[in-house]
Amino acid sequence: MRETSHFVHKYLRSSKRFPHIWCAGCGIGIFMQALIRVIDRLGYSKDAVVMVSGIGCSSRLPVYVDFNTLHATHGRALTFATGVKLANPDLKVITIMGDGDAVSIGGNHLIHAARRNVEIASFIVNNHVYGMTGGQSSPTTAYGTKTTSAPYGNLEAAFDISGLVEAAGAAFVGRTTVYHTPLMERLVEKSLTKKGFSMVEVLAQCVTYSGRWLGLNSPVEMMAWQRDNSVTVEKAQDLTPDELAGKIVIGVLADRERPSYEDEYAKLTAEKLKV
Amino acid sequence: MTRVDIYRGWCKRCGICIAFCPKHVLDADQGLFPTVTDPEQCSGCKLCEMRCPDFAIVVTKDEKGKARGKAKSGSATG
Ligand SMILES: Cc1ncc(C[n+]2csc(CCOP(=O)(O)OP(=O)(O)O)c2C)c(N)n1
Ligand code: SF4
Ligand code: SF4
Ligand code: SF4
Ligand SMILES: [Mg+2]
Repeated sequence: MRETSHFVHKYLRSSKRFPHIWCAGCGIGIFMQALIRVIDRLGYSKDAVVMVSGIGCSSRLPVYVDFNTLHATHGRALTFATGVKLANPDLKVITIMGDGDAVSIGGNHLIHAARRNVEIASFIVNNHVYGMTGGQSSPTTAYGTKTTSAPYGNLEAAFDISGLVEAAGAAFVGRTTVYHTPLMERLVEKSLTKKGFSMVEVLAQCVTYSGRWLGLNSPVEMMAWQRDNSVTVEKAQDLTPDELAGKIVIGVLADRERPSYEDEYAKLTAEKLKV
Repeated sequence: MTRVDIYRGWCKRCGICIAFCPKHVLDADQGLFPTVTDPEQCSGCKLCEMRCPDFAIVVTKDEKGKARGKAKSGSATG
C-alpha cells in the first residue's frame, strides 16, 4: 500500500501540536489550506515569504506555518508588514487579520495601507464576530444580531469591508466565502501576484459563536448558508438593489493599476542619490 | 479512479466533507468519522480535500485505474 501525505505538511511547523486549536468545522482552516496551496503552486520559497498577523483566532494562522512569521499586536499587522516591505521590497509580504483585528482596532491602518498602496497581500477572515474573546459584536456583525456584547440585538450597522478598502484605493479587492474554495484560490492567487495593496475578504464560519447567533447549528449549515446567499459579481449586475439585499457578492470587486508606494520610494531615492 | 484517504488522527468529525461531496461518496460511520462508501462514484474533484478545515483528507489519482477508497486510522504526521 502506498503512503500518502497531505501537501500542507511541507509547510507546517513540526513543533506545533496538531490537530490545530480551531473548533471543529471552523472556516479558518479551509482558508489556510487554500493559501498554502496557492503559495505551493506559485513556487515561492519559504524564506521569501513573510506572514504577519494581529491577534484573534484568524490571526493564529501564521503560528502554524513554516515561513518567516510575525504574530504582532492586535490591529497592527499592517503596520509591521509595511515596515517589513519597505525594509526589503523583495519579500512577499502577507497579512492575516480577523474582522475585529482589521476593521475595529486596526481600521485606521487598513484604510491608510490601501491608500498608500504598499505591496501587501492582505487577507481578512470575516466571521462577523470576535471569535477568540467569546463572541462579542464586531464591526461586521449584522444589525439586530444578538451577541455576547449585544444581548438585545446589535444596534449598529455593519461595515462592508470590501467596499471600504476599495474606496480607500486598494489595487485589488476580492470577496469569497470558504464554501467557494475554487474561487477562493483564484482570488488568493490574484492577490499574491498583484502589484500594490490587495485585500481579499474571506467569509468564514465561526461555528462556536456567529453560528449560534444566526441560529445555524453546525458548520455544514453555515457553509450551506454561504452557498445559498452568495451571488457572483457578474450575476449581481443584473439584480436590483432589492434582490441584492442580504446577498454576499463574491468575485473580483476591484482590480486596477496604481504605482505602489515602494516604487515611488525607490524612484525618489534613486533621483536624490544621483549626483 | 481515485483514492480518498481520511486521517482520523486529525479529523474533528465536522461533517463538511460528507455534506458537500457532489457525488455522495462519503458517509459517517458509527463514530461520526467520514468513511468512503461509494468509491466508484468519486470524480477526483478534490472538493472534500480542499474544504477540510483540518487537512485530514487526501485525494490521490490512482495510476492503476482502480478505486481504492479506504479510511486510515493513523495520525497524519507525514
Ligand atoms: C490591544 C488589545 N485589545 C484587545 C484585545 C483582546 N482581543 C483579542 S482578539 C480580539 C478580537 C478578535 O476578533 P477578530 O479580529 O474578528 O478575530 P477572530 O477571533 O474572530 O478570528 C480582541 C478584542 C487584545 N488582545 N489586544
Ligand atoms: S471560536 Fe469561532 S473563530 Fe475561533 S476557532 Fe472557534 S469557530 Fe473558529
Ligand atoms: S471535513 Fe475533515 S475534519 Fe471534517 S469530517 Fe471531513 S475529514 Fe473530518
Ligand atoms: S474527490 Fe470529489 S467526488 Fe471524490 S470524495 Fe472528494 S468531493 Fe467526493
Ligand atoms: Mg472575527
